Amino acid sequence: MRRALLLPAMLLLLLPIAARADEAKPLADDPVLEKRVMALSETLRCLVCQNESLAGSHADLAVDLRQQIREQMKAGKSDEEIIAFMTDRYGDFVLFLPPVKSTTYLLWFGPFLLLAASVAVALLYLKRRRARAGDDPLSEAERKRVETLLGDS
Amino acid sequence: MTKFILPLILFVVLAVFLAFGLTRDPREIPSPLINKPAPAFVLPQLADPSKSFSSKEMRGKVWLLNGWASWCVACRDEHPVLLELSRMGVVPVYGLDYKDERRAGLAWLEEFGDPYALSISDTDGRVAIDYGIYGVPETFVIDREGVVRYKHTGPITVEALQKKILPLVRELQK
Repeated sequence: MRRALLLPAMLLLLLPIAARADEAKPLADDPVLEKRVMALSETLRCLVCQNESLAGSHADLAVDLRQQIREQMKAGKSDEEIIAFMTDRYGDFVLFLPPVKSTTYLLWFGPFLLLAASVAVALLYLKRRRARAGDDPLSEAERKRVETLLGDS
Repeated sequence: MTKFILPLILFVVLAVFLAFGLTRDPREIPSPLINKPAPAFVLPQLADPSKSFSSKEMRGKVWLLNGWASWCVACRDEHPVLLELSRMGVVPVYGLDYKDERRAGLAWLEEFGDPYALSISDTDGRVAIDYGIYGVPETFVIDREGVVRYKHTGPITVEALQKKILPLVRELQK
């Protein structure tokens, strides 16, 4: 009796796997186009789950937007035109790679500024330390002591 | 003593920036549509799909476009505020029924009340994409020239209505 129940129970355990199986959406009839769609949607942010790309998201809107990209590519639109379509509607926020413009200068060049500033500070510090070390040579007595400490044993 | 002043200043500056960051809602994305012409559309009316509604009909009027759906939970929070707004009769609210089944949408309005001058069905969500809607509810204030003047993301609160939307509408209606 128990054994008879075992098989159905084990099959039940497989259910979650079967449920996941339908997540892989069938590719469009044109694999080349689909690759282009995915490559472009990789660079666009899903507005619903903001840290995911349009390519990786299962959100309804992401599916719709991928469909938009697909249709526009089929209609012969270039990647730039499609990106413009997206930013016209959702702003630069959809781009994972923000454009270089006056409002994003700090974002783009800030890290280099910080790096340059820290290098300058480090150089200044080292220079000062070296100057201080040079100012204070060993006295004759100290030099003798060093020699006895390090000297031929 | 002076040794600690610089780190202290740096810490305070950082703390101020982080504290300011906490007050901002990362879900609120600034709309690029503000002060741009509202995307034109023609969609079937929810109540009678054989009739269509064109956004051009709203030329010369200040109006609100509110994206909603029967499956949208946050829309229920917003609904009493919209009903109150429609009772005031200050500004017409048009409902964009986003990716919804017609029957479900109608039943929802039946159950909770209909604050809309008219609802239109955006079944495939394309008009919503044109408006940069990324979740319902979202509301746009559109002026007489058909220019988007304001966007509210998420449910309209009484506070947002009183402090932002109504003053703006009155200003635009002058």
